[in-house]
Amino acid sequence: MNAQIALLLGQDGFINGAIYALLALSILLVFSVTRILLIPLGEFVSYAALTMASMQAGKPVMLGAMLVALCLIGLLMDARDALRAGRRLRFRASKLLMPAYVAAVTGLSVTLPLEHIGMAFQGALTVALVVPLGPLLYRVLFLPIASANGLVLLIVAIAAHVALTSAGLLIFGPEGSRTEPFSDATFTIGDAIINSQTLWVIALSFILIALLYAFFEKNLYGKALRATAVDRLGAQLVGISPALAGKASFALAAFISGLSGVLIAPITTIYFDSGFVISLKGFVGAIIGGLASYPVAAAGAVALGLVEAFSTFYASSYKEVIVFTLLLPVLLWRSVAQKGVKDEQ
Amino acid sequence: MTARTPSASEVIALLQVSGLHVSYGKIEAVSGVDMTVGEGKIVTVIGPNGAGKTTLLSALMGLLPARGTVRFDGEDTAGTSIKSRIDRGLALVPETRALFSTMTVENNLELGAFRFRARPARERAAAMEEMFALFPRLKERRAQLAGTLSGGERQMLALARALMGRPRLLMLDEPSLGLAPLIVRDVFRIIADLRNRGVSILLVEQNARAALKVADYAYVLELGRVAAEGPAAELAHDPRVIAAYLGINSKHQERLAI
Repeated sequence: MNAQIALLLGQDGFINGAIYALLALSILLVFSVTRILLIPLGEFVSYAALTMASMQAGKPVMLGAMLVALCLIGLLMDARDALRAGRRLRFRASKLLMPAYVAAVTGLSVTLPLEHIGMAFQGALTVALVVPLGPLLYRVLFLPIASANGLVLLIVAIAAHVALTSAGLLIFGPEGSRTEPFSDATFTIGDAIINSQTLWVIALSFILIALLYAFFEKNLYGKALRATAVDRLGAQLVGISPALAGKASFALAAFISGLSGVLIAPITTIYFDSGFVISLKGFVGAIIGGLASYPVAAAGAVALGLVEAFSTFYASSYKEVIVFTLLLPVLLWRSVAQKGVKDEQ
Repeated sequence: MTARTPSASEVIALLQVSGLHVSYGKIEAVSGVDMTVGEGKIVTVIGPNGAGKTTLLSALMGLLPARGTVRFDGEDTAGTSIKSRIDRGLALVPETRALFSTMTVENNLELGAFRFRARPARERAAAMEEMFALFPRLKERRAQLAGTLSGGERQMLALARALMGRPRLLMLDEPSLGLAPLIVRDVFRIIADLRNRGVSILLVEQNARAALKVADYAYVLELGRVAAEGPAAELAHDPRVIAAYLGINSKHQERLAI
């Protein structure tokens, strides 16, 4: 290997690592707020990538139909819960927010000439379409079992992943697709050629991480989400609704992974089931962070991306094996370093 | 304590509980409790371990499902969420304190006023300064993580966080638990002080002598039932209560009370 190849691999590694880091952060966020391991996170990534690809290929965008269906199911469940509790069906303006939003983005995705609206707008609309999937899934699948034990939540998360993968096959078909790069420009520094896509991904990831940091440190709602993660009872006692916190964390996770999907779409060919392996690497990052530490998880995910890139060079057929084997020493070290067993509450 | 001494008919029942039952599966922890907390009063619930005191508070807060009627400020709270009870002015400081341990004292207090999130931020800041005036120690520790505070400071923070929500009825579960005697005295002094500011308090305590000293009215809870009730001063002289909870040798508790 010479320096040039190492630099190319390094670029690849950083791109993938940045994406894994974003996913690791979403997984951590959702897990700490709701105790749910969000396995279907990868589907948000593949849905976003494939939606962006269908826009550019001039194919109809079908994701809106899924949003409308989930939204209707959610409304029916709301009505059923209200009836069970013996309350009158009260009209509240806040209840209309989600249906109105879903109607708006679905309307846009059906009526606009998506092929010709420019890449920035395509990307924005794609993310806007993926975001409501998070809170809607939480409402339909997880809210009714919010207080169930961790294993039940995990099983439902796996079921959601299987269902969403199948729905992805139905919506997007079996073919893989790849989108156009954001720009074709390349930069040459000495011997190294740096692809502008690399810079896009890394810059956007950094901006997103900085924004998330500011949100959790400075914003009252960000602090409320953190508080829910730290002490659920305490959060309830100051009036933070666990349901709202759950929906918010799912929305954030869907936003981050939707954006990751848009970022990764020009680099890799994405199929309806590609999301799982991508999010699994985010999981490895999150586990390196002990499902608790955000900076360690992000650093671990970037390291994972680099290991993956270099292992494609040395032993490409063992790429995944090497990446997931990396987990073993980490788990071993964690279980040795952590004295005693911490109870899950 | 208050300058004004309202007659019995003037006292409005802020909290009225009748026939409250709470069960864990088949085991009934609270069976048929009736109690009243008047506006601006301190009411204490004393009793041995396992009497159902904490269960009672959890049910009143909506953390546990319960049968029976609970009227807060005249309105039935049946089927309402924790959040709506907080919005009406109920607050609970649980035995565990439930602080946000990896967040700063300031953040804990700010979140205490979460129900006023739609109001301007300077109102929250003003409320926080008020808390710092009441608890000067917290001001010194404002940038420190809640988990690094001492036991007494944690209790102060839990109280202050609850007060940031401007509750009308503050429910305290064992506020003196695990605290050094002098700190316990501080805590009870603050409780008496809060009543003077117009906050009604429902106090659950094991330190019966101190609780009876500070309270207006008291209930003795045994095995989920009200075994005795009456004005706190009378109950403190009730021979049965003395024998069971105060004892001859527990004079030191009283010295710590105020």
